[in-house]
Amino acid sequence: MKKYSMLSILMAAVSLLFTQGAMAACGEIHLGSAISLTGKYATNGIHAKNGYDYAIQVIKDNGGVMIDGKCYNFRVTYYDDESKGDRGATLAERLISQDKVQYMLGPYSSGMTKAIAPVTEKYQIPMIEAEGASRSLFNKGYKYLFAVLSTSEQYLASAVTLAAEMAQKQGKEASSVKVAIAVENDPFSLDIRAGVSEDAAKFGMNIVIDEKLPRDLSDMSAILTKVKLLKPDLLIVSGHSKGAATAVRQLEEQNIQVPMIALTHCEAANVIGNFGAAANDILCSTQWAETLSYKDDLFGTAAEYEQNFKKAYPEYKDKSVPYQIAQASAAVYVFKDAFERAGSLDKEKLRDAIAATDMMTFYGGIKFAEAGNNIAKPMVLRQIQDGKYNVVAPSAFASHKLNWPRK
Amino acid sequence: MDQFLGNIGLLFEFPIVNLKIILDGVMVGALFALAAYGLALVWGVMNVKNLAQGDFVIAGGYVSWWLVQHGFPALLGVPVAFVVMWGIGWVIYKLVISRVIERDLFTSLLATFGLAIMMAQIMNLMFGSDTQSVDLGYPTLHFFDGFIDLPIAKLIGVGMAMILAAGVIIFMKSSRMGQAIRATAQDARAARVLGIDTEKVYAFTFSLNSAICGAAGAIIVMVWVIQPFYGISYSIRAFVIVTAAGLGNLPGVIAAGLGIGALEQYGAHIFGIGYQQAVAVLLLLLVLLYRLIQQRRNRQVLK
Repeated sequence: MKKYSMLSILMAAVSLLFTQGAMAACGEIHLGSAISLTGKYATNGIHAKNGYDYAIQVIKDNGGVMIDGKCYNFRVTYYDDESKGDRGATLAERLISQDKVQYMLGPYSSGMTKAIAPVTEKYQIPMIEAEGASRSLFNKGYKYLFAVLSTSEQYLASAVTLAAEMAQKQGKEASSVKVAIAVENDPFSLDIRAGVSEDAAKFGMNIVIDEKLPRDLSDMSAILTKVKLLKPDLLIVSGHSKGAATAVRQLEEQNIQVPMIALTHCEAANVIGNFGAAANDILCSTQWAETLSYKDDLFGTAAEYEQNFKKAYPEYKDKSVPYQIAQASAAVYVFKDAFERAGSLDKEKLRDAIAATDMMTFYGGIKFAEAGNNIAKPMVLRQIQDGKYNVVAPSAFASHKLNWPRK
Repeated sequence: MDQFLGNIGLLFEFPIVNLKIILDGVMVGALFALAAYGLALVWGVMNVKNLAQGDFVIAGGYVSWWLVQHGFPALLGVPVAFVVMWGIGWVIYKLVISRVIERDLFTSLLATFGLAIMMAQIMNLMFGSDTQSVDLGYPTLHFFDGFIDLPIAKLIGVGMAMILAAGVIIFMKSSRMGQAIRATAQDARAARVLGIDTEKVYAFTFSLNSAICGAAGAIIVMVWVIQPFYGISYSIRAFVIVTAAGLGNLPGVIAAGLGIGALEQYGAHIFGIGYQQAVAVLLLLLVLLYRLIQQRRNRQVLK
């Protein structure tokens, strides 16, 4: 595994050397990104970087970015922010003032994006980010921040709607649904909680458990005991991969019977691989799935994107490609599209072009609201059915039927 | 506030939940006690307060996890982690600890703090920052309408922790090396005068501590989850337990370990799981306060 990745990096480096010589005719667009290559966000930070790099390579292989009749290729300067916000902000300063970067790709996680956004805003540097979903990023009036992903309060809100639908099918009132929420005490998970409780309030549902998970969670039996006593109809857990792993393991151990359970970060925690049948019928939210029917001219369909990405990065061949990678690629694609529409390297013209983006990609529709968040793409819920992720909501894209109740 | 009262109400409404909380707490407490015992050993013998204690635990967990990834049976992880972490402990002793042992408190605290950061980062680079766990695939026993659940994996883990603890106790009591360690702890100079190679004793003690932690980590990965940066929470608990129980008080360490485990679970139930660790830290504060008052009283007598 480790050897593979080293080898592929080496090969990529060598091939880069060759192609650079051959394609000297194309100009260069210098992007910058402070991203987590070490620290607690390292796994996803590297996913995001791979997504960026892959898209850049694909764009290069397809003739580059055409601006005013001249072709350009992207080059990215990466710095490791060590998963620390203050470090991220310092590195963004350095990218802009020392490396003279004019356009930024986002870091990984909402927290890091929150740390960097004031810097890019100060220097009026357009930043397209793909990994910061916190809605608090989009109520600060930032003009230069754009995000291709759905904001985090939407992540599990669709599970509430789904639970209401199921209750009505059973001939019960939607307001009879009892909801239990256990989320980590961080910006991302608190948004999820806000989205869920807003939607639950709309239906008049009763929230019977509402708890915060600690950062270093490894045991949540105290909450699950309460779940057993209070018997909610919907259980929401969001605590990054540790939350998903702990929940799935202990739900099985304590034999918890809840008709509907919805989690985030199922893929990151590899709950199917680690816990097998214990993960069945759990709902997982995702930004993107390769089974969706989205497509574009550059990457093809979502499924084609996945296959080609796996070819380029063999270390992913045994798992499904995480959505963090797909959305990182989508961010680069938006840059290409915006540069071509702007027809200029001027960052103000580019900003306006990004703001006017309205395109369909393999990752879903991309159209930015005034605040910079993407309003063209819905969140997807997948259910783990016999060890596979099957899309069950929203119903327009659903390839499978929901298994309900869970046990 | 309503939520607290509601949670306390649940304890009375369903008394069986108390038993579950105590059982859960005692099982996790057994692992805390192991790490704390190692800490007490190093602290007592060498007067080094090892802030990297929790990172040794996590490292042991990764040894076991790595073995399982490479097709070895999970239970083998515990003895292998013991041996591997023994070796790592010995190397760390020779490289770092032996140089700070004679220095003042802050040097050894700084050195082990640096060690903790380094170990966490090295594990992060080697294994990635995702949480990992090993699933033994054993079933779970249920009692009392399913309110009490005892995963067999957890029972095996606690059983192994008990065997390990008993082994260490017997070793310390009856073996030649155990005697030498105890002699060194009592008075290092006198021990040296009487021909005990204290350098060897120190190296042995530190390696033993590292090995105990490693085995504890290998058990933890079977029952809970680990992550490169989880070490600190085990370090904190080990410090709380040793401070509460006092050095060289083995039954005290075990009792404090089990007690803190149970208390944390109660805290998690009543105040919410986010405050689970706060209970441990609060307890540390109370113990320190109590000790301070106790000492003040002693000083007054001395005047």
